[in-house]
Amino acid sequence: MKFDQPATTNPIDQERVVTRPHTRIEGPLKVTGQAPYAYEYRLPEAPTYGFVLGAGVARGRITAIDTAAAEAAPGVLLVLTHENMPAQGASDTPVPQQEDASPQLAGPEIRHYHQAVAFVVAETFEQARAAAHLIRVTYDVTPGQFTLADTLEEGKEPDDAADSVVGDFEEAFGAAAVTVDLTYTTPDQSQAPMEPHATIAHWEGEELTVHTAHQVVHWVKRGLAMTLKVPQKNVRVISAYVGGGFGTKLLFFSDAVLSAAAARVLGRPVKTALQRPLIFNNTSHRAATIQRVRLGADHAGNLSAVGHDTWTGNLPGGDSEPACEQTKYLYAGPNRQIRTRQSELDLPPGASMRAPGEAVGMLAIEGAMDELAEKLGVDPVELRLMNDVQFDPEKGPKRPFSSRKLAQALRTGARAFGWDGRPRTPRERQEGEWLIGYGVASAFRTNLVKPSGATVRLEPGGTLTVETQMTDIGTGSYTILGQVAAEMLGLTLEQVQVRLGDSEYPASSGSGGSWGANSASAGVYAACDALRRDLAKQAGYPYADAVFRSGKVWQGAECTELSELAGKEGVSATGSMTYGDLDEQFAQAGFGAHFVEVRVNAHTAEIRVNRALSVVGAGRILNPVTARSQCLGGMTMGIGSALMEELHVDHDLGLFVNHDLGEYHVPVHADIPDMDVIFLDELDDASSPLRAKGLGELGISGVGAAVANAVYNATGVRVRDFPITLDKILAGWDD
Amino acid sequence: MRAFTYERAATPQAAAGATLAEGAKFIAGGTNLLDLMKLDIERPAHLVDINRLELNAVTDTADGGLHVGALVTNTDLASHPRVRADYAVLSRAIVAGASGQIRNKATTGGNLLQRARCPYFYDTNLPCNKREPGSGCAALTGLSRPLAVIGTSDACIAQHPSDMAVALRVLDATVNTLKADGTERTLALDDFYRLPGDTPHLETTLEAGELITGVTLPPPPGGTHVYRKVRDRASYAFALVSVAAILNGRESRFAFGGVAPRPWRDPAAEKAAADAGPVARARAVIDAAFADARPTEQNAFKVPLLRRTLSAVLEEHSTTGGQK
Ligand SMILES: Cc1cc2nc3c(=O)[nH]c(=O)nc-3n(C[C@H](O)[C@H](O)[C@H](O)COP(=O)(O)OP(=O)(O)OC[C@H]3O[C@@H](n4cnc5c(N)ncnc54)[C@H](O)[C@@H]3O)c2cc1C
Ligand code: SF4
Repeated sequence: MKFDQPATTNPIDQERVVTRPHTRIEGPLKVTGQAPYAYEYRLPEAPTYGFVLGAGVARGRITAIDTAAAEAAPGVLLVLTHENMPAQGASDTPVPQQEDASPQLAGPEIRHYHQAVAFVVAETFEQARAAAHLIRVTYDVTPGQFTLADTLEEGKEPDDAADSVVGDFEEAFGAAAVTVDLTYTTPDQSQAPMEPHATIAHWEGEELTVHTAHQVVHWVKRGLAMTLKVPQKNVRVISAYVGGGFGTKLLFFSDAVLSAAAARVLGRPVKTALQRPLIFNNTSHRAATIQRVRLGADHAGNLSAVGHDTWTGNLPGGDSEPACEQTKYLYAGPNRQIRTRQSELDLPPGASMRAPGEAVGMLAIEGAMDELAEKLGVDPVELRLMNDVQFDPEKGPKRPFSSRKLAQALRTGARAFGWDGRPRTPRERQEGEWLIGYGVASAFRTNLVKPSGATVRLEPGGTLTVETQMTDIGTGSYTILGQVAAEMLGLTLEQVQVRLGDSEYPASSGSGGSWGANSASAGVYAACDALRRDLAKQAGYPYADAVFRSGKVWQGAECTELSELAGKEGVSATGSMTYGDLDEQFAQAGFGAHFVEVRVNAHTAEIRVNRALSVVGAGRILNPVTARSQCLGGMTMGIGSALMEELHVDHDLGLFVNHDLGEYHVPVHADIPDMDVIFLDELDDASSPLRAKGLGELGISGVGAAVANAVYNATGVRVRDFPITLDKILAGWDD
Repeated sequence: MRAFTYERAATPQAAAGATLAEGAKFIAGGTNLLDLMKLDIERPAHLVDINRLELNAVTDTADGGLHVGALVTNTDLASHPRVRADYAVLSRAIVAGASGQIRNKATTGGNLLQRARCPYFYDTNLPCNKREPGSGCAALTGLSRPLAVIGTSDACIAQHPSDMAVALRVLDATVNTLKADGTERTLALDDFYRLPGDTPHLETTLEAGELITGVTLPPPPGGTHVYRKVRDRASYAFALVSVAAILNGRESRFAFGGVAPRPWRDPAAEKAAADAGPVARARAVIDAAFADARPTEQNAFKVPLLRRTLSAVLEEHSTTGGQK
């Protein structure tokens, strides 16, 4: 099925199941420990345990690796190093790939700290770990470049973020009545999902099955096949339950490749979970950025010049952190200049992390808007409203937004939050020891859709089974796909069983880039559409007249039970959704507004968030319970990125030093206050038959800027070097 | 974690004797030791489990003080009625640390001996004199923001991470030990903890096989008890700085955490500007107590932060009028 015309009326519009609040259908399995995550599957044969040893230097060559003591240690079955690793597919970059060969232990060269240098397999986990500590590696260390700020001159325009220039920015900026020219830095950040990267691999003859924690099943299937040099058809991947991904599980790492390779050598299953301290340097992270934002406006606040430059770094062949992306779309202004420069760094690989680009780009642009509003003496909400635009500001009115409720979000939020009662000037309000500040920021996240398929089967008895490779990384996919199928077939959610994350099922969009819910739902929609047609035909009703309701298909007053149509065998249909060029015709994005109140201790500058509100326009909200959780999670992560998340680079040794959850701080419960989400009524006809848009990353995109703006309002100190820790406020209070 | 042998000690004396052996270590709650063993930082060949020893009581002493057995858990100590009534600074310090689960396991003796939280100490690939004497100190040129500003050396700038110990210091608590030869010792905290000097791997004056049997609190000091911990998030983080205070007019006492290799106290400095208002008094106390501070560029903020924190403590006390 191809979605190439804006949606017209369809069965989802009934909204009898879709849009209704439902808690997760797999929730009881999870809280009772019965939902197996990758590491928890029980195989008929006892598994062996793998342990990855990470490189102790950032750059250089292994000159000797002594594994004798490890091999002789109790329980050890195999030690793999670059010297005995079976042949693998090649890659021309040290950055692991989404769906391409990503070899491990491929040679003596070390490209980043904690790159895998050895893999020990033993009868127990403890034996494997103890033996790994007996391996002695000798390196010839090469100096590396670990400091982004030292590479600004060398940065090149990356393939994935071309310059984008409209009008004459420099001239307009020079001529503007009021300008701001501000530089922001954002640190490296780690996804550090609760479930570590983990895999169980086992072979039966030439056939490999991997249970692995991944976001997109067909990607890792293809990537592993290319790495291991086996036909794709011989690889089965199961990612039925995934404990958080945040982008890092779009790639596959040493746990998957080495478990599979070792299992083949040993002829026994191998299971490996990356130990927490390895995750920060061995897997992917969000790369640091330096951003310069220049805005020029007239005295009223109408933008005439919008400039955003980003500098970022990665290993050769790695993607950029596209921190300028939102600035192309967010506000009007005839003269625009958006540029990214990427340099080579010898830090661990950078890759997607929740809202790649926007999560850190919004910190800059939305901070700059706040500073501009202050300079102009206008309400920051007003400034944003003034520069709202209903079409792609680069392409002009010929490319309108499919839907854009930024203004409504700002107005609704301002009212609900009590924005009118805000302190107008910094340090104006104090309650006891605490300075109170309010901040606002827009929310923006590009909407993406991807092809996705599913099989639906009407079972004997009239229940429905949905099968798709789609993953549920804690987001609620199980539930919403069940709701979509129930709506389409006129069933209740209880009558639908959803099975996910198995490469035996039809390929799906998977989870990433906020595309999952909309795209995978559209895939289920397509499969259900095919099934409805079959069933109507069987019942002898013209499809145009057929109505599916209450477990029956109706034509007028006449009806047939679905259970009857299912017969003894059941009836199944497979479908998939692909897309035309509506995303070319229409600019598509989710919009919203964040409002935050903070308190900052007048003595110690400790910053705590009092309350936060997100108002969200993201098309049809398929399930307000799971959608709200997504927003709250995004807001929590955004608060963390504003106030505490930071991988500390050791600029001599070339690693992220705080590589455990004790020192890599994310918010704890006590940091997260009273938070609320308001969903705006919105249907986006151009995005999919569901009329939904991406949501999972909208919550994080902008909230950190609202926190930063609130901190300024409370303290009078602008911190543009994230995260905003208390020492940076104290530096501004210099006493 | 390397393979090790294990025994459960029946009496304190047996425990001390058993731990004389090369590579032997006591294990109490295990919340610190086991983490370090998993990371190959601690490599004991033999573990002597002391959890069954009868060192888990809190008892009144003859002079009206309190004796706390080494195995009393952090949770039990913090919630003990006499501690809450007479030594509230101790309760407050303990509950400001770690998490409920960890405090349920953590013991009084183990808490005193928890090891540094310097990130370089936690990675066996990196130079760290405390972990690997002579390998260097990566923190000096690397990430030093969380680390100590006073009492340090060129060999090590790690801070002592315990909250409980800061309260014990302000209370003038002493540590009771039993040596393998059967003799007992009582040590003031400043005699118990060593400063790093050239030997940062030696953190206390305990001898091989010496068991902490408990901690003794002198008779209740009165005053208002405050523990104020400043950290990067609202909970579950080690102190950037902390102040343990017993506020009692001119006789007030202060100990400081997060800033030194041991809980930091300077009784002479406590008298500075004792009649001044909170801001001036805090400035005078910190200026005097931290005159010798040698912070790094990254953690230079700790001294002014400490001054501000102490000022806040004094101000709160002067406005709430001595409420406990
Ligand atoms: C995630 C996390 C967060 C934490 N946050 C904080 C915090 O904010 N503030 C804070 O103060 N602490 C914090 N802690 C540390 C915690 O308080 C300590 O781990 C705990 O107090 C150690 O006690 P234990 O009984 O488990 O010691 P163990 O791990 O059993 O032992 C620690 C050391 O003491 C030795 N030992 C134990 N008992 C004796 C004895 N009687 N005689 C001689 N030697 C002995 C052991 O040999 C070992 O070397 C945190 C810990 C974790 C894991
Ligand atoms: S400060 Fe101490 S613990 Fe940290 S690296 Fe230096 S020697 Fe090791």
